[in-house]
Amino acid sequence: MTPSGGEDTTMTPSGGEDTTVTPSGGEDTTVTPPRIVLAKLGLDGHDRGIKVVARMLRDAGMEVIYLGLRQTTDSIVAAVEQEDADAIGLSMHNAGHLTLGPAMLAALDAADLDVPVIIGGIVPDVDLAILHDAGIAAVLGPGASADEVVSTVRRVVDDA
Amino acid sequence: MVDPTSDARARWQADYDEARLRDAPFETMSGVPLDPVYGEGPYPGQYPYTRGLHAAGYRSRLWTMRMFAGFGTAEDTNARFKELLRAGGTGLSTAFDMPTLMGRDSDSPWALGEVGRAGVAVDTLADMEDLFADIDLSTVSTSMTINGPAASLLAMYIAVGEKTGIARRELAGTIQNDILKEYQAQKEYIYPPRPSMRIVTDMVKFATAEMPKWHPISISGYHIREAGSTAAQELAFTLANGFAYVEAAIAAGEDIDEFGPRLSFFFNSHSDFFEEIGKFRAARRIWARWMKERYGATDERALMCRFHTQTAGVSLTAQQPEINIARVATQALAAALGGTQSLHSDSFDEALALPTEKAARIALRTQQVVAHETGVTNVADPLGGAPFVEWMTDEMERQAEAVFAHLDELGDGSILEGVYAGIDNGYFVGEIADAAYRFEREVNADRRIIVGVNAFTDGDEDTDPNLLRIDHATEEYQRKRLDAVKKDRSQEAVDTALAVITTDAADPTVNLMPSIIEAVKVYATEEEIAMAMETVFGTYVETAIV
Repeated sequence: MTPSGGEDTTMTPSGGEDTTVTPSGGEDTTVTPPRIVLAKLGLDGHDRGIKVVARMLRDAGMEVIYLGLRQTTDSIVAAVEQEDADAIGLSMHNAGHLTLGPAMLAALDAADLDVPVIIGGIVPDVDLAILHDAGIAAVLGPGASADEVVSTVRRVVDDA
Repeated sequence: MVDPTSDARARWQADYDEARLRDAPFETMSGVPLDPVYGEGPYPGQYPYTRGLHAAGYRSRLWTMRMFAGFGTAEDTNARFKELLRAGGTGLSTAFDMPTLMGRDSDSPWALGEVGRAGVAVDTLADMEDLFADIDLSTVSTSMTINGPAASLLAMYIAVGEKTGIARRELAGTIQNDILKEYQAQKEYIYPPRPSMRIVTDMVKFATAEMPKWHPISISGYHIREAGSTAAQELAFTLANGFAYVEAAIAAGEDIDEFGPRLSFFFNSHSDFFEEIGKFRAARRIWARWMKERYGATDERALMCRFHTQTAGVSLTAQQPEINIARVATQALAAALGGTQSLHSDSFDEALALPTEKAARIALRTQQVVAHETGVTNVADPLGGAPFVEWMTDEMERQAEAVFAHLDELGDGSILEGVYAGIDNGYFVGEIADAAYRFEREVNADRRIIVGVNAFTDGDEDTDPNLLRIDHATEEYQRKRLDAVKKDRSQEAVDTALAVITTDAADPTVNLMPSIIEAVKVYATEEEIAMAMETVFGTYVETAIV
């Protein structure tokens, strides 16, 4: 199996080519919308959550680049560089987060990219501290609301 | 009052009288004797089987309590299998890890961090032998949930049987092997759709000829539903896939009355109680009608939609996980009232990890409560005739027929071509993603209540149940095991066997099963076998659609 990205689906906010969107809410002072690369790293094929998150972020005015399944740290790094992304969102449901999370951070480090990584999916409470200590910017668990997802991404991008 | 002279009733009675019944009092807890069925025909066991496949319903046989299990090494899972059998489980069901599901060995770069985590790691026949050690395959039936590499795992199971003196004719069980739904939902494919269908058809042919107790395919809606579809979409996409497999088998020269009885199904049992029951009843009715009227089947068993059910994993919450026990109970009850042949009930820690032994036992006990304490098994299709239930059954059928019409048009009169087209043009994944997002919006707007998530959240912080953790040592152990097997085997025999697979793969008139069986016997690995076919079939990469 060749690790591959499939096709990028760059989700731009509806309304045409102008991508300058003032986010609603009032607190956020970013003028250009955050650009986030979303991906499934490794073999896990459960993509319901990441697709829902992609739509949530798009609805909130962000630019979402969904790479799809079976990405590698290399393919994600390449996309981040190519798209000049502000953040990365990885979705994990296979208990591989303690291996794959740090692997992503190491790959970003090696490519000299300072882009925050958010992990979503199934992460037991006891692992949260481990991931945070390793440098993962945020973890979104099951049942996170649209507001939580959107505000977490905004916060992570602003803090970076 | 039922007219006792009606022909349908008389025929039903004749069937019922021939049935061997369980030794149980078929009366209420208070001692009220019960009829085996109430209401109008067509009765259970009568075309189109809306009311059930068998005249006596659960009076003759309860559903199989088939608990899905798998984690860590083959030895770990072998122990869990034995525990479940001791606890009263009546069939085995195997969960494999992601590398195994994707046709990769435990030492593949793709396997990093994944070995033994989502299920049991199986690389070679040696692991399969450990997995079923001290389990008599002639008395227990086994289901294996695997799709892309299904042929290899079936071959290994056959080989294990033969090593323990059990002929393949005696092996009972099911292999999921439903590749179409992988492109639509579960995403565990290796090759593109058409070569994958060839493998599926080969396995159906092989089992039809050589394994009369084996179901070579479990046409599944569970995963489609988990991915976010509605109940009607689950029903429609599953049966459409079923029609596609039937068309493919017929095109391959198989007799529908021969392979029809070999087909089986697998549905989700979700939270909306009556929608699910309507769905199950509609499934039987639709399948019987299409098999008879559209595809010309005449053998009664080819008309029967026999199915396994699993309670909806996606409905279970990480918040206040103990209440998942209540959810699973209602979902298991719906499955029983829907007439399932086999049932897996999820464990309450589903949203957090693979089940602990205790959580798995509670899930099994939940089914046992439904089976032995509620009395719903005393009467076949007990809700049949209820106006709402009959309306819901009709409504599910109506919605499904609209989907079939669309696929038939897309495929120019062939559901198989329609399904291929729907895979290519993103129809299935798009419908599923839209439905998933609609649901999410409703939950976010508090229009749809999920206890513990957007309502009744007091108690959410009371967390940290004891969770199953897979030791990293599992990965190390499995790699060493694989190394040892590779050193021990004859590389020459393996190379020869793999070359035969590649040659056979290139010839569509050759059935792939024999060469794969030979390869597993000389301890070729799962990945080696997958790659031997990949050189001919290529790989599939999906177009990422949100």
